[in-house]
Amino acid sequence: MWQESVNIIVYDWLKMPQGEKLSEALNFFIYDTVKILFLLIVIIFIVTLLRSYFSTEKVRVYLSKKHEYTGNVLAALFGIITPFCSCSAIPLFLGFLQARIPLGVTFSFLISAPLNNEIAIAMLFGIFGWKVTALYIGFGLLVAIVGGIIIGRLGLEKEVLIEVKPIEGEIHAENQVIAFKTRLIYAKEYTLDILRKIWLYVLIGVGVGAFIHGYVPTEFITSIAGGNNPFAVPLATLIGIPMYSNAAGVMPLIEVLTSKGMLLGTALSFMMAITALSLPEAMILKRVMSLKLIAIFFGTVTLGIMGVGYLFNAIL
Amino acid sequence: MKIEILGTGCAKCKALEAATKQAVAQSGMFAQIEKVEDIMKIMEYGVMSTPGLVIDGKVVSTGKLLTINEIKDLIQAH
Repeated sequence: MWQESVNIIVYDWLKMPQGEKLSEALNFFIYDTVKILFLLIVIIFIVTLLRSYFSTEKVRVYLSKKHEYTGNVLAALFGIITPFCSCSAIPLFLGFLQARIPLGVTFSFLISAPLNNEIAIAMLFGIFGWKVTALYIGFGLLVAIVGGIIIGRLGLEKEVLIEVKPIEGEIHAENQVIAFKTRLIYAKEYTLDILRKIWLYVLIGVGVGAFIHGYVPTEFITSIAGGNNPFAVPLATLIGIPMYSNAAGVMPLIEVLTSKGMLLGTALSFMMAITALSLPEAMILKRVMSLKLIAIFFGTVTLGIMGVGYLFNAIL
Repeated sequence: MKIEILGTGCAKCKALEAATKQAVAQSGMFAQIEKVEDIMKIMEYGVMSTPGLVIDGKVVSTGKLLTINEIKDLIQAH
């Protein structure tokens, strides 16, 4: 329906000839920008509203009563629904240890939370639909659970640089009563806030995507990111790591690349590397963790993400 | 009255500090405002999502950038 409206705008109102590269690129640009921005607004709003019912403080109380393994699984799941920003990674990390939550369980949360951030999920859903989104979340959880268990098994507690005093006795979370209307207002403001930050990246991402869509030959993409290049997955993962803040801009590019022959596993690795691993977060965590622990953390997640990519490419 | 703003220096924490100062000035109350950046002190309050707002030792808000009016209400309610 929306595609037909765009066709009318481009071919009838702007009188651009159908089938030409420039008109196809413009058609794609208008179609994708409006679709993605619309879905971003709707999904971020809903996710923010739901998340206002879960606080990291409550999750901490709950997790502190769980053992390893069960704890890893639950921590990864909670990573989906609790709000997370890399600026609060340190209080979160220390807060979990303070509540005697095992290091491995804490890492399961620390891997899952940024991986399942609302922008990535909204973009994925908007561009690839619910199936790929579900696969992304599912495999993301797997990486978070297994990664956390591995880090927990390595006995790295001494690599935490700050001495954490465990909380004595019962841990409790402050209960904040918030009216539904207030939650709606918060969700609206948060959504607008995010939109102000990322709209330009989305436009640039879709713009470059539209260019590739119209002008770059499929054979070129296939030769680099297609099935015949065994290094496509590690390459995509390593390129993805420094791109954290640009998840919104990169996703539209991945859409075009997959439609031009990039394998879905490679695309998944790329997307996960963008969201899960961020250099700014590593810099922040350096204040509380040794370089060795950060390296193991990043190394484990990187290998996990590459594993997902290869597994996926092999299955499909 | 003592109001503390818990935050490790993120943009939202600074904005909350500014909003709190405005709120106190507008409410005409006398309050001591302190920014707490020491991570161990923040942990002692059990706060994990910054910025946090503490009035006389009681955590009243976490992880949110409150508006001036909301802070005024919290001060009044205290």
